[in-house]
Amino acid sequence: MQRVAVIDYGMGNLRSVSKALESVAGNNTSIEVTADPAKILAASHVVFPGVGAIRDCIGELQRLQLDNVIREVAQTKPLLGVCLGMQALLSHSEENSGVDSLDIIPGDVRHFDIEHSADTERLKVPHMGWNKVNQTISHPLWKDIEQDSRFYFVHSYFVSPSDEKVTAATTDYPNDFTSAIYKDNLFAVQFHPEKSQHVGLQLLKNFLTWDGQS
Amino acid sequence: MSLAKRIIPCLDVDDGRVVKGVQFVDIRDAGDPIEVAKRYDQQGADEITFLDITATHHDRDTMIHVVEAVASQVFIPLTVGGGIRTTDDIRRMLNAGADKVGINSAAVKNPDFVREAAEKFGSQCIVVAIDAKRVSVEGEANKWEIFTHGGRTSTGLDAVEWAKKMVTYGAGEILLTSMDRDGTKSGFDLDLTRAISEAVAVPVIASGGVGKLQDLTDGIKLGKADAVLAASIFHFGEHTVQEAKQQMASQGIEVRL
Repeated sequence: MQRVAVIDYGMGNLRSVSKALESVAGNNTSIEVTADPAKILAASHVVFPGVGAIRDCIGELQRLQLDNVIREVAQTKPLLGVCLGMQALLSHSEENSGVDSLDIIPGDVRHFDIEHSADTERLKVPHMGWNKVNQTISHPLWKDIEQDSRFYFVHSYFVSPSDEKVTAATTDYPNDFTSAIYKDNLFAVQFHPEKSQHVGLQLLKNFLTWDGQS
Repeated sequence: MSLAKRIIPCLDVDDGRVVKGVQFVDIRDAGDPIEVAKRYDQQGADEITFLDITATHHDRDTMIHVVEAVASQVFIPLTVGGGIRTTDDIRRMLNAGADKVGINSAAVKNPDFVREAAEKFGSQCIVVAIDAKRVSVEGEANKWEIFTHGGRTSTGLDAVEWAKKMVTYGAGEILLTSMDRDGTKSGFDLDLTRAISEAVAVPVIASGGVGKLQDLTDGIKLGKADAVLAASIFHFGEHTVQEAKQQMASQGIEVRL
């Protein structure tokens, strides 16, 4: 029996994430949305989603004592960070006048710079809609997903890891930013696989069958 | 830039049923919002919007069940509008599986509601819906005002200024409907769409007046919209979302095919 924990810390709608996982999971997989550290630590795979603002995100994780749980999971079992759940893994975010984050992946989270748009058209923020994901490495989570497939994004901040080697994909808006990162048993994406139709479901399927080795 | 322009079919829902006639020959129950949403998903819709057209309390509970059912089978973004008046309304829709909510008259009544909603749930899920009507006459500089009650009541608010204000209050997206064009099938009000799209830094969805595929393309190319919303052109099976996208792609617009 495979047990998947979706970390519930009150940040946004987790129903879509769990429903999308259920739709690709086999009969032998249970999916639980939970804030219980014991259940998260006992799971085989952990999904760390989130939408909203980073200060509330880190605040809630600390209040529920999930910050150290995520740090431990990041060293021990397949972990998938999604959107804000990806940004929280970095060291620091510019959002909310600056917030120290989990510091599992060294680097910063920065705002899209509207003023310095290279494009002649005004850069719209949030970056909202379906954009191409350029896979920069081969990885089990990219299995059966075509290069430059479009995934659904909605965000105003993006990750800028200190070590470029953690980049698993980039996306152009209006310059290349890091849209997926990986490190050992950790994989995190800026886009929403649970809202990205077939390609998104394929990525979730790949995650459920991933043993955490890249 | 490689970000695709979006096509968003809109379903008007009354007491859990799609109204304004959806007709797909090969669909068993064309009034069932789940069946219709699945069909649009298969056709390549980038998002789906549900508009609760009566939005009584009873209807809202029905709508929550619709959203729950759709969100467990359709894995693209879902927006729900109509009758969103309190943060509790928003929370319930998001928990049911909606990704965004559309706020219309509640924003006109109390702009601080938008601020409160954006602070609580994040701008990414707050769509402010604007119903605008041209008030300038020919020869005058273009001017549009915000109307409520289906275009019957003027608020005296300038549409461009209102859109800008809503963005500073935290709207993450603007759903812009021309009340002059809505239901006419004569195309978007492109001047209005461009005026709003150039005035704000968030994405703008053009709505109201689509009668043919070229209207969608014009909304993007001439109206500078980031997304286009349409109902009847897709409902009657005249055109599929896929056809609309192919037409847009052939005119150089980035779409998700």
